[in-house]
Amino acid sequence: MAVSAGTLRRPAEGGLWSTVWEWLTTVDHKRIGLLYFWTVLFWFLLAGVEALILRLQLARPDAGVLTPAVYNQLYTMHGTLMVFLVGTPAASVFANMVLPLMIGARDVAFPRLNALSYWVFLFGGILLNAGWLAGGAFDVGWTGYANMSTRPFTQSIGANFWVMGLIVLGLSTMASAFNFLVTIINMRAPGMTLMRMPLMVWALTVVFILVIFAFPVLTVALIFLWFDRFYGTRFFDVAAGGNVFLWQHLFWVFGHPEVYILILPAFGILSEVIPTFSRKPIFGYSTMVLAMGAIAFLGFSVWAHHMFTTGMGPVGNFAFSLSTMLIAIPTGVKVFNWLATMWGGRIRWRVPMLFAGATVLLFILGGLSGMMHASPPIDSQQQDTYFVVAHFHYVLFGGLVMAMFAGVYYWLPKLTGRLLDEGLGKWHFWLTFIGFNLTFFPMHILGALGMPRRIYTYPAEAGWGGLNLLITIGAYILALGILVFAYNLLRSLRKGEPAGSDPWDGRTLEWSIPSPPPEYNFEEIPVVHGRDAWWEQKRQRRVAPVGGGSNGDPHAPGEGHQPGPGREVIHLPKPSIIPLVLALGLAVAGVGTIYHPAVIALGLAITIGAIVAWAIEPPLQGAVHSKE
Amino acid sequence: MEKSLTPHGHEAVHPPTTTGEDHRKVLMWLFLASDVLFFGSLIATFVAYAQRVPHTPLHEVFNIPITSWSAFVLLMSSVTMALAVWSAHSGKMGLMRIYLLATVLLGVHFLADQGYEFYHFTLDGFTPRVNPVGSAFFTLTGFHGAHVTVGVLWLFSLFLASFRGGITPKNAIWVEIAGLYWHFVDVVWIVIFAVVYLIGASFY
Repeated sequence: MAVSAGTLRRPAEGGLWSTVWEWLTTVDHKRIGLLYFWTVLFWFLLAGVEALILRLQLARPDAGVLTPAVYNQLYTMHGTLMVFLVGTPAASVFANMVLPLMIGARDVAFPRLNALSYWVFLFGGILLNAGWLAGGAFDVGWTGYANMSTRPFTQSIGANFWVMGLIVLGLSTMASAFNFLVTIINMRAPGMTLMRMPLMVWALTVVFILVIFAFPVLTVALIFLWFDRFYGTRFFDVAAGGNVFLWQHLFWVFGHPEVYILILPAFGILSEVIPTFSRKPIFGYSTMVLAMGAIAFLGFSVWAHHMFTTGMGPVGNFAFSLSTMLIAIPTGVKVFNWLATMWGGRIRWRVPMLFAGATVLLFILGGLSGMMHASPPIDSQQQDTYFVVAHFHYVLFGGLVMAMFAGVYYWLPKLTGRLLDEGLGKWHFWLTFIGFNLTFFPMHILGALGMPRRIYTYPAEAGWGGLNLLITIGAYILALGILVFAYNLLRSLRKGEPAGSDPWDGRTLEWSIPSPPPEYNFEEIPVVHGRDAWWEQKRQRRVAPVGGGSNGDPHAPGEGHQPGPGREVIHLPKPSIIPLVLALGLAVAGVGTIYHPAVIALGLAITIGAIVAWAIEPPLQGAVHSKE
Repeated sequence: MEKSLTPHGHEAVHPPTTTGEDHRKVLMWLFLASDVLFFGSLIATFVAYAQRVPHTPLHEVFNIPITSWSAFVLLMSSVTMALAVWSAHSGKMGLMRIYLLATVLLGVHFLADQGYEFYHFTLDGFTPRVNPVGSAFFTLTGFHGAHVTVGVLWLFSLFLASFRGGITPKNAIWVEIAGLYWHFVDVVWIVIFAVVYLIGASFY
């Protein structure tokens, strides 16, 4: 296979089928990043549509748009999708898109494992949602509390798909985390010490450390539920002495680190976007790193604040309340550092910066209501009300999703070579920002008035009708913003302004190479002498193409780097279909556990065959030369 | 996975890694760190239930002498595993094969003991379905057995590959990584044996 510069725009030599085949067999992290991106976008839109249907039902009292059964399925799947198919893979999306570029690496440590992570993610997502087609989705809420989710209380086949889907997705998430951790530990460019890594890389490092320690706990909880549902074990059988708190503890030992798995990529994005558009280095780099470390460490000690109302007693409540309040300190440090970075900077309010600024604001609001929950007496008033719904939408939509938008506007042009439109981007921003606040701010008030979450309707006498109508209107304004975003994305692929290699006057190494980057990323591995390596190089060599949109590349990539020995032999990983086959085998086995042992055997046979083929297949193709 | 097991003329020269350690070795350490949490959750569940829930009297069900023997067998397999890694690094391929095979056989012995034990527990009425403690016990020890099985298959495939020239002193790292995994699985068994069989039996 010839080496060409394009990642997205490479001309299809053998027509449509060969293009499809290239994407199915790709082991290039940039292409895998795009596959992740489009898949996550699809699940995001699906989860959004589910939420819009829910809002129709809640727009007025005693409405009959949905039956209670369908309502329960919709809110359960909305939450599950947003947490496990949008938020959790956010780290993998951005890590694939830019992490190797930021640390000066040619690929990830295990390219085929990377492809496997994606395909398992895709099939796991399909498995998770398959309940809709097989006769009804899971309907216990995204936390899947056992024993409510065990067979005597939830017979629906959707629950089986939910359990299997999450187990399979966990494998994907962990494989991705292992791969990127090895990449970060072992594949940094010369001179890129840990304390010179871009903060995005640090954020992802912390996320992946959390993943490898938190996901095994979820996997164990899901295995218990799976065995209880399928094979008659009695983990959650209260009559036999089982204890329902087992699920709650295991789930939240995973679940609270998961909260930081969701939000830390956002912190990483902010820590890249804000300094770039403020034209200042990040304020307090080392405190940012320490703060993330502290968040990760404390994140494992706060899980039972999700269980204040279960009767743990004053000692347990006090301990978890204290650790929860402590975690606000490192989070506050980060917020102050972002503000200090902006302070006195020449801020350019381009679309990524608009989203980044809004994220800081909305995250502070979500964080403040989070601090209220840290107090057990207040929490016992707010438990299971819309106040909680408001809180986690402020941190997860206002924090994570808004930051993801910033990241997409900022980095997607690096992979596609084309900028998203600035004007449409501003429409997207304002519609989203206004729609978001109209939707979720009134939920604080509804919660304080006592409206419980997860109810399919409410009586007119409760007096919640007006605010709920306002919320529904807000939700549709928000949806309009997302539509503008989708249009902007598709438009940019064909008509977008060419990005050039460095549209934002970037600080980090990914902006030193063309957009889209060549398959091998760097012609010569750069040598790093400090933080903000690309800024440093531009300042010293005065090759900075300031501002965006230059069409060609005024400077050949690599010119800003240390002079190398000329033509360099690069071994590229070989494209392989085996990761896809292996993932398919796992998915088939997963379906088999639900339907018939023979299908499990078939799935395992495919899996084992793929593993053998994987071991035998040579992972590298022949040498190619970087300068052709 | 950067190098294939069988030499197809693709002996690629890898750029030196940041830490100087092989990618695969770092991967294995990270995986084992993660697996600690997996077994930790399973053991915690067993302990939590065994202390509180009325269940089958474990001290009557367990056969400590037999389990002690199988624990001894598994520990000895760590000795042969260490010797296999040492032989691979010193280029003593014949010796390495003997030690690999010995490790495999000791592993199989352990699995056979576990099968025997499970069979007799079931006869005594201690099953995964009888109560939460049974569920926790069989899930925990079953997943440990699954880990041993994977290790046995892995080591046996290395044994076979060594005849085809797939294992040479240059890529002895494969044996070393399998060794890391094997020792970890042994260490987990020491914890399970102590906590579940020796202490756990006295809980109730």
